[in-house]
Amino acid sequence: MSPLAGYLILSAFLFAIGLAGALTRRNAIIVLIGIELMLNAANLNFIAFWRFSEHPEALTGILFVIFSIGVAAAEAAVGLALIIAIYRHYKTTNVDEMNSLKG
Amino acid sequence: MNIIFAIIAAVTIAAGVAAMSLRNLVHCALAVAVAFAGLAAAYLQLGAQFVGFTQVLVYVGAVAILIVFAILLTRGAEPPQQSVLSSGWLTGIFVAVVVLGVLVYAIAKSSVLQSPVPPQPEVTVHQIGEALMNKFVLPLEVVGLLLTAALIGAVIIAMKEEGKK
Repeated sequence: MSPLAGYLILSAFLFAIGLAGALTRRNAIIVLIGIELMLNAANLNFIAFWRFSEHPEALTGILFVIFSIGVAAAEAAVGLALIIAIYRHYKTTNVDEMNSLKG
Repeated sequence: MNIIFAIIAAVTIAAGVAAMSLRNLVHCALAVAVAFAGLAAAYLQLGAQFVGFTQVLVYVGAVAILIVFAILLTRGAEPPQQSVLSSGWLTGIFVAVVVLGVLVYAIAKSSVLQSPVPPQPEVTVHQIGEALMNKFVLPLEVVGLLLTAALIGAVIIAMKEEGKK
């Protein structure tokens, strides 16, 4: 197995673990953690393809990951703020009980 | 495929599984911090030092702390009495396994893996800074705007609703 395949398979496993967590867990915070894991798996793919590409001096992979980390940080901050606001309103973080848009 | 990669991969996947399966939410947050650190080690192993240290600063530093704060603010620190799995969890596991199968199949069939391994690229922070200030200056400004908007939005969303009973 080539080194690139190893990193791609690691990334595929992380993505599947994050997806399984986001789809099966009941707590909204764990769902958000699963989404973060999936984003990180995509970042690992960017870095792996950059490292084994023929023109790494273009730096595209690295810069894409830096911007992706910035967007993911914004997403995490807004997502957790939403969960805290919902908790204050409904007194729950269970995604099964969050089934109403009207407060 | 060397021994260092094998250790990093095993630690990262084990921490990921633990983060998604443990009952106590604080343990989940600690496990996900370990998974983020394992990914940072993988970035360093791939020769992307700047991204590795950014990962440590942003994820292991900031996002993990943010998750712990959210858990403590929502009283999730007490282990739940009923099941931690949502309704329809069997479908979720099935979808995840199918996605994993498709991804592994696509990787195994890919022709990219046949190309020879190039030497480790040498990238300095100087080069990254120069690229950010020249070629990628517009995305940098957009990310700055996005982070400002997200900061203000997060504060406003999480603010107490005053005067409404």
